[in-house]
Amino acid sequence: MIKLTGLSKKYGKTFVVRDASALFPKGEVTSVIGPNGAGKSTLLSMASRLTGSDAGVVLIGEKLLAQWDTRELARHLAVLRQSNSINMRFTIRELVSFGRFPHTQGRLHDNDNNIIDNALEHLGITDFQHRYIDELSGGQRQMAFIAMVVAQDTDYVFLDEPLNNLDIKHSVEIMHTLRDLAHKLNKAVVIVIHDINFASCYSDRIVAMKQGEVIKEGTVAEVVCKEVMESIYEIPFDIQEIGNQRICLYYNS
Amino acid sequence: MRDSARRDAVKITLLALGCLAMIAWFIGQGLTIDNYQFFLSLRFPKVLAIILAAIAIATSSLVFQTITNNRILTPSILGFDNLYVLIQVLFVVALGSAHAWITSPMVNFILSCFVMIGFSLLLFYFYFKRLGRNIFTLILIGIICGSLFSSVTDFLTMVIDPNEFTNVQDAMFASFNNINGELVYLSTLPLVLCLAGFMFYSRQLDVLWLGTDNATSLGLDPVRITRRIMVLVTVMVSIATALVGPVLFLGLIVVSLTRELFNSYRHRTLILASSLLAVLLLIAGQWFVENVLTFQTTISVLINLAGGSYFLFLLMRNRIN
Repeated sequence: MIKLTGLSKKYGKTFVVRDASALFPKGEVTSVIGPNGAGKSTLLSMASRLTGSDAGVVLIGEKLLAQWDTRELARHLAVLRQSNSINMRFTIRELVSFGRFPHTQGRLHDNDNNIIDNALEHLGITDFQHRYIDELSGGQRQMAFIAMVVAQDTDYVFLDEPLNNLDIKHSVEIMHTLRDLAHKLNKAVVIVIHDINFASCYSDRIVAMKQGEVIKEGTVAEVVCKEVMESIYEIPFDIQEIGNQRICLYYNS
Repeated sequence: MRDSARRDAVKITLLALGCLAMIAWFIGQGLTIDNYQFFLSLRFPKVLAIILAAIAIATSSLVFQTITNNRILTPSILGFDNLYVLIQVLFVVALGSAHAWITSPMVNFILSCFVMIGFSLLLFYFYFKRLGRNIFTLILIGIICGSLFSSVTDFLTMVIDPNEFTNVQDAMFASFNNINGELVYLSTLPLVLCLAGFMFYSRQLDVLWLGTDNATSLGLDPVRITRRIMVLVTVMVSIATALVGPVLFLGLIVVSLTRELFNSYRHRTLILASSLLAVLLLIAGQWFVENVLTFQTTISVLINLAGGSYFLFLLMRNRIN
C-alpha cells in the first residue's frame, strides 16, 4: 500500500499541490481525475519519486520514500510519464527488455526472457516485437511502453495518462490489462486519466482533485456522483447507471 | 535481435582488422635492419598518441551525446579547445616564451591538464551545487566561457611580441608530428582508467536513452550518473587536448559515422566501434598528411575540412535529430 500524507509542492509562491493525502491500496486500480492544472501529474510524480515534494510524506509499503534505495525501489515501483520521446532506435523487444534492468542490471537470464515474452503477450504486441519503435503508430508505441512497465513486475505501477491519444480499442485493451494487473497479480495500479467514464468503469477507487487539493477520495460510487463531479469540473452533470456502470453525461451542458 | 548483433560483431572485427593493418603499415613502412631502431623510436609514440587521442575523443563525444540526449553536441562545446589555447597564451604572456613552463613539454602538459580539469570541475561544482540539474544551462555557460576564452586569446595574441606569438601558434593546431614520447606514456594510464569508467557505466548509459523519468523509474539516479560521466569526459578531453592539441571536431564525425554503421543502442558496442573507427580515420589522416601532403599542413586542418563538410552534409540530409 502507498499512503500519501499532506503532500505539497509549490513553484515560486503558487501551490501546485497543497496538503494532499491519498491511499493507493494493492489489488486495486486507483484513478486520479480532475480538470487541467489540478495537480494530478505532480501528485503522481511526487508519489513515484520523479519530483521532490516541499512538504508531506510518502509511505511505500513499510518504509518512507526517502528511506528507499533507488535501485531497490525500482523493483517495487514503476512509473510511466505521458510523453516519451526517444532519441534512439530500439525494437519493441529491446525496449520492453529495459523493464528487467532493475532486477538484472542489464544481463538477461532465461526467466527474464519469459517475463518479457509474457509482457509482450499481455499487451498483444508479440507479433511485431522486432519492429523499431519509430516505425509504429502512437498507440502501438504506448502499448510497448506499458509492456516495459509490466515487465518491470513491480508491486506499484503508476501511469500518467496511459490513454493519451489512443483509439477506443487500444484504450479498452490497456484498461483491461491494468485491471488484470491489479486484480489477478495483486498490484497497486494508479493512473492519471481524463476520460471520467473510463475511470468510472475500470477503477476500484477514485481520487478527485481540483486546484491542487484532493476534493474527494473513495470508491467509484462515492466519487462519481453529481455533486462531486459538478464541483470539480464546474459544469452540469447527468449521471446514469447502465448495467452496474456509472456513466457521466455532460455533453449537453 | 541475434542477426543485428552478429552483423555488428562482423563489422567490429572488420574495423579491428583494418586498424591493425593500418597501424602495421604505418609503423612498418620502409623499415630495414639498419634503420628500424631509429624509425620505431619515432613512430611508436606517434602511433600510440594517435590511438589514445582517437579513443579519448570518440568515446567522450559518444557518452556526452547520451547524457545531453543530443546528437550533434561534442564536449568541445564546453570550450576545452579554447581554454587550452588560452592557457598556452597566458603562460607566454605572463612568463615569456623562454620559461620552463613553456619549453618543457612535461611541465607544460601537466600544468595544462590540471588547469583544464580544475577549471571544469570548479564549474561543475558550482553548477550542480547551486543551480540544480538541467545540463543545458551548463552547456550554455560552457559556450559563453568558450567564447570568452577565445576573445581573450585573440586580444592577447594581438598585443604580444610577434616572436612570442610564433611559440603560441604551435599550440593552436593539433599535430602528431612532434609528439613527446614520455607524455604519451604518462597519459596512457589515466585515459585507460577513464575508458574503463565508461565501460563500467555502459549499461546504465543504455538506460539513459529512455530519458530521465524512465531511467529514474528503472532505478538509476540520472543526476549522479551525469555528474560522474561529466568528470570522466573532462579528464579525457583535457588530457587528449593537452597531448595533441585541439581535435575535438573529430568526435562529431566519428560518433555520427558510428551511428550510421551500427544499428545498436548498446554503449559497449558503440564505444568499441567508435574507438576503432576513430583510430582508423586518424591514422589514415596522419598517413595522408605525411605522404601525400608531405607535411605541408597539420591533421587538424584535414579534420576540420572533413568535419565541416560532413556536418553540412548532415544538415542537408536533415538527419540531425
